[in-house]
Amino acid sequence: METSRGMSDYQLKMAFIMPTMVLLILMNIFPLLWSLYLSFHRYKASMPAAPKFIGTRNYTRLLADPEMWGYFQTTAYFVILAVAAQFLIGFGLALLLNREFRYKGFVTTLLLLPMMLSPVVVGLFWRFMLSSDNAGLLNFFLSPLLTSPIGWTTNPKVAMLAVVIVDTWMWSPFMMLISLAGLSAVPKYLYEAADVDRASAWFKFRWITLPLVSPLLLIALLFRTMDAFKMFDIVYVLTREGGPGTVTETVSMNLYKLAFRNYNTGKACAMAYLLLVIIVALSNIYVKYLNRVKAEA
Amino acid sequence: MKNVHTSLIVVLIAALACVSIPANAQKALTIVWAEWDPANYLQELSKDFTAETGIAVDVVQIPWPNFQDKVFTAFVGKSDLYDIVIGDSQWLGRNSVGRHYIDMTEWINANIDVNSIYGPAMTAFAEYPKGSGKYWALPAQVDAAGYVYRKDLFEAPKEMQAFQAKYGYALAPPKTYAQLRDIAEFFTRPEQDLYGIATWYSKEYDGITMGFQQVMWSFGGAYGDAETYKVNGHINSDNAVKALEFYTDLLQFAPPDAPNYYWLETLNAYTAGKVAMGMNYFAFFPGVVNPETNPVSHDKSGFFMAPAGPEGHYISIGGQGMSISAYSKNQDIAKQYMKWFMQKQVQEKWAKLGGFTPHKAVLESDAFKMVTPFNEAFAASFPYLRDFWAVPEYAELLEVCQTNWNEAISKIKSAKEALDTIARKHEEIFEEAGYYDE
Repeated sequence: METSRGMSDYQLKMAFIMPTMVLLILMNIFPLLWSLYLSFHRYKASMPAAPKFIGTRNYTRLLADPEMWGYFQTTAYFVILAVAAQFLIGFGLALLLNREFRYKGFVTTLLLLPMMLSPVVVGLFWRFMLSSDNAGLLNFFLSPLLTSPIGWTTNPKVAMLAVVIVDTWMWSPFMMLISLAGLSAVPKYLYEAADVDRASAWFKFRWITLPLVSPLLLIALLFRTMDAFKMFDIVYVLTREGGPGTVTETVSMNLYKLAFRNYNTGKACAMAYLLLVIIVALSNIYVKYLNRVKAEA
Repeated sequence: MKNVHTSLIVVLIAALACVSIPANAQKALTIVWAEWDPANYLQELSKDFTAETGIAVDVVQIPWPNFQDKVFTAFVGKSDLYDIVIGDSQWLGRNSVGRHYIDMTEWINANIDVNSIYGPAMTAFAEYPKGSGKYWALPAQVDAAGYVYRKDLFEAPKEMQAFQAKYGYALAPPKTYAQLRDIAEFFTRPEQDLYGIATWYSKEYDGITMGFQQVMWSFGGAYGDAETYKVNGHINSDNAVKALEFYTDLLQFAPPDAPNYYWLETLNAYTAGKVAMGMNYFAFFPGVVNPETNPVSHDKSGFFMAPAGPEGHYISIGGQGMSISAYSKNQDIAKQYMKWFMQKQVQEKWAKLGGFTPHKAVLESDAFKMVTPFNEAFAASFPYLRDFWAVPEYAELLEVCQTNWNEAISKIKSAKEALDTIARKHEEIFEEAGYYDE
């Protein structure tokens, strides 16, 4: 069918889609393919020399580097601690908020504030809160209980905990929001039926709440895991580029240095692809589990 | 009616054209530098250039933590955003080999009296490779790491007596690192929230490297052989290990947050009255003598150059060179500005405003030493200045140092382990870059 100006339906469709497609190809697909190409080359973006093909050398060197595995280990450690804490706190808060009380709307909005802030701003003000001397707010309040201030960002044994605390403070509200959405969608009659059968609170939680909320919880976990795996900004600001030493240096932090400090572009591209493969693999595990949970529900 | 409108427009355009406009009013020069006082001084100084030539000068200031990243990203994107870049001495290798700076050798030899510039400054900030006679910059701001101290504490009779009784010599600004340690220990009184020293331990950018390298050199360590680029046996020598152990030991006399300290934190610790001595680049000391930023001790502060070690006396060089971006569309104006900047009378004014001039005669003049209370200590530091590697791979070399030295002071690694790792990794970087090829 043709319009009055002579454009077919297909042409009209293409006219609408093409700008987006072109933008997508230019901004997403091309960089993706170009970085894949560069990952097989020795190339520094800051130098005039053209990319030189070196096969899989960037990948083999990265995978054989024990320090690189150390960064992956640090990242995994952070992801497990932070996502677990955010899940427990977020879901706990959602359970508390899933009832009627005065100022519920206000309290919910207040709890959501941290995730609306910029991570750099969060990192900066927590830098002051977690200052390792008594000027730090946390150490100031804890001072009656401590013989010496805690080196939140300077003690290698504590620094990761500091990053987890800040990330949890910022992102637990996200878990809370998704959990709350899931909880409010659980039909009330199921609880009423359980009450008639004199079911315990634990029984209702285990066999009604959890199965019906878990698909949404899994989606929230998926988002948070993917995001936590890319942790950069808070580490950059709070622990000064992943210190002390490399205790909080995540893969993304190291990738940034490799790409924009050292301009080792080829190696940085290879590392980015390794990170992508890991995130895709993790996401697949979640999605498979999600499908299974949905099928059971 | 239409003709009337047309005539009015023609008259208006003619009138506008007749208004006298300086020939260069349309021209503008953009200089990029880090965000700090010297950049403000340069903006002020550049008003004279604008008055003389009609060319506007804009000194763009980027906060220190992002300075290098922003400038290098602009270079990679071949951006003409900046005409003149006032960059760190370590940048020379990368930006000359990467063709981001223009080669200024011929122009400098023809237009600038190189002999009027302090020789080591010309080598550190302008020449690459060192000793080649190839110039990529002109020194803009020459700086050094130095110390500020609390005169009220050092000169208090009670403190002087107690120090003499404990250490057996008079309390005075330290001349050696051993004395520095004694004084730092003496003033460390956590119950009064007072500590002996604030120096650089931070992992950020080049923090701990700039703080520690001068101790390493003064204890007899070195980065490596500048001819062969061999590192093993130099950076991890026994002397270098002793130096790192000394620097780690010094941390106990610093405030608890000191492992995060770089120039801003040391400045804040000193101005807050938390430390008796604070290390910093001399260019940051205007903040120490300013009553607004240092109400505690602005009028009670003295200055001394970094002390000597058991094997020599070396001080970390600071400051930057002025280069022209290869992507600038105003390279001729940039050269005109640089020629103007290097004139003796302009350098005198630069020094008067607070800039650290590289001009030999101005630098050595009594007038320069009198400009600020710290200029004398700064001028005294000059013969002892040394620099980090300025090769194109400097960022990778620096990153290895930053991480490992920070691990050593955090007790994650021993001094020996940290230095052995640096030696191994530096040689890997040099090997990869082809420095060992026959």
